[in-house]
Amino acid sequence: MDLALSIFFQVLVDGIVLGFMYALIALGYTMVYGVLEFINFAHSEIFVIGAFVGVEILLGFEASGSLAMLHPAFVLLVVLFAGMVISGLAAMALERVAYRPLRGAPRLVPLISAIGASFFLQDFIRLVESLWRNSFYLSYPTLPSLEKSLKIGSAVEVPIKSVLVIATALVMLLALHLFVNRTRVGIAIRAVAQDPETASLMGIPVDRIIALTFFVGGAMGGVAGVLFGLHYSLINPYSGFVPGLKAFTAAVLGGIGNIPGAVLGGIVLGLVEAFAASYLSILTNGAFGAEYKDVFAFAILILILIFRPKGLLGEKVREEGV
Amino acid sequence: MLEVQDLHVYYDAIHALKGISFSVARGEIVTLLGANGAGKTTTLKTVSGLLRPRRGSVGLAGQALEGLEPHEIVRLGVAHVPEGRKIFPRLTVLENLKTGAYSRRSGSIGEDMDHVFVLFPRLKERSRQMAGTLSGGEQQMLAIGRGLMARPKLLLLDEPSMGLAPIVVEQIFETIQSINREGVTILLVEQNAAIALAVSHRGYVLETGCTILEGRSADLIHNDLVRQAYLGG
Ligand SMILES: Nc1ncnc2c1ncn2[C@@H]1O[C@H](COP(=O)(O)OP(=O)(O)OP(=O)(O)O)[C@@H](O)[C@H]1O
Ligand SMILES: [Mg+2]
Repeated sequence: MDLALSIFFQVLVDGIVLGFMYALIALGYTMVYGVLEFINFAHSEIFVIGAFVGVEILLGFEASGSLAMLHPAFVLLVVLFAGMVISGLAAMALERVAYRPLRGAPRLVPLISAIGASFFLQDFIRLVESLWRNSFYLSYPTLPSLEKSLKIGSAVEVPIKSVLVIATALVMLLALHLFVNRTRVGIAIRAVAQDPETASLMGIPVDRIIALTFFVGGAMGGVAGVLFGLHYSLINPYSGFVPGLKAFTAAVLGGIGNIPGAVLGGIVLGLVEAFAASYLSILTNGAFGAEYKDVFAFAILILILIFRPKGLLGEKVREEGV
Repeated sequence: MLEVQDLHVYYDAIHALKGISFSVARGEIVTLLGANGAGKTTTLKTVSGLLRPRRGSVGLAGQALEGLEPHEIVRLGVAHVPEGRKIFPRLTVLENLKTGAYSRRSGSIGEDMDHVFVLFPRLKERSRQMAGTLSGGEQQMLAIGRGLMARPKLLLLDEPSMGLAPIVVEQIFETIQSINREGVTILLVEQNAAIALAVSHRGYVLETGCTILEGRSADLIHNDLVRQAYLGG
């Protein structure tokens, strides 16, 4: 098979991997927006906390010499689960400390608090890692079983790492879908998003549901953080900034507040970016290189905000009434 | 069952309720009448905990409600069907009914849902439809059905007739009476004084945040003031 096709397929896989990563992070922005109509700009740091929890556990395993002995599936489950829970709890704590006291304040106030929390968390992680490891640039230990590839046909190879990201993301998305649509608490989250006052009249404890929404969104971000570390290896306290902005773009692209929209927006953005990165210089005869890929994400954000502010699937405006 | 005494409620500087008192006995339908802005909705919102009174008390079977959160008050057996229905438009009919049962530990939720479908067969046909696409009358049925899913001892109804055709209003009020006969105490707020007085046992008339008149509904129908102000002479 020819080289062009095999490259195309590789780019496609890269795009999907990136897309699912954005999708997982975007869910945190969109779910919180759903219940509070506010952008949690510190969500990118919740994602980074997940990445750091993952690296610390793996480095711990490595230091104790057990990394090579433990079953890789077990190791992955442990880091993904820990990243999920700790990021979820961090998001809940963030809500409690930085946002809940500001409920009812003008809209700009919690937004500023979010930006402050974002800076605080970045430097807090930096401080902790500097004291603990003398460096805040960390790299994930290599897991040999993740370095292999799946061969499909003769020309196409899919790295196991990419399979891991896609499979984990699919499981998380399915679980979230069932939780939000089929459970009593999931229905309560959607009711609070549509009309918190009436939800409270139904006996729904609105504050607890909001805290839970932060947990769930944070957990998704934490899983994304661990996957990011496993896939790209290098992390630092500021690693969340660009993926966070991209995921926010994905959430706006899909329609902020809309859960399926966040997933769609993530995938679209990931694909656009991967294809831009590989084909831009070919298409423009070298005038624009891969370094312009980020321009695409933010050009999309600007165009969406101008021409379709409700996004691809968006309909959610709380005040639209009955 | 419900005892409201000398209630004062403010919206910032606006003194909306200026000492309202009334009571509802177990098994009764009591109606609050009054012109636009008299304070009827404010009264119900204070009973269900959405608003805090600055002074006065709200007691349910001896227990003080003022200061409790709305979801705690639901748990004590008070369901509030708000003015304007306020169904969740992007939840299905079935999901809306489930939100009404949120405060309850599963048990007989299925049974209660069947019961709501007996009262409002229309809802059963449309159970998988998005609630926002229901007609006004169907939305009102859903709002009442959703309130009943909490298995309330006391049901607060805020203008169930609003915006509905006379024939639908009649159906809804027949259902309200049968809900009452099943043992649910009802506090009813209405603009449509004729029908409210026809179905209720007792009534209170509010004017700019005060109770100015009270009595048995059968007597209020013949009261001159009520006739002039609310029944068109
Ligand atoms: N959120 C609010 N902020 C300020 N004032 C309010 C608010 N809600 C109600 N009011 C005022 O409180 C008074 C009582 O309002 P309320 O809604 O209780 O009247 P109502 O008797 O239910 O009227 P209607 O029959 O029109 O529904 C009115 O003067 C109204 O303008
Ligand atoms: Mg009213």
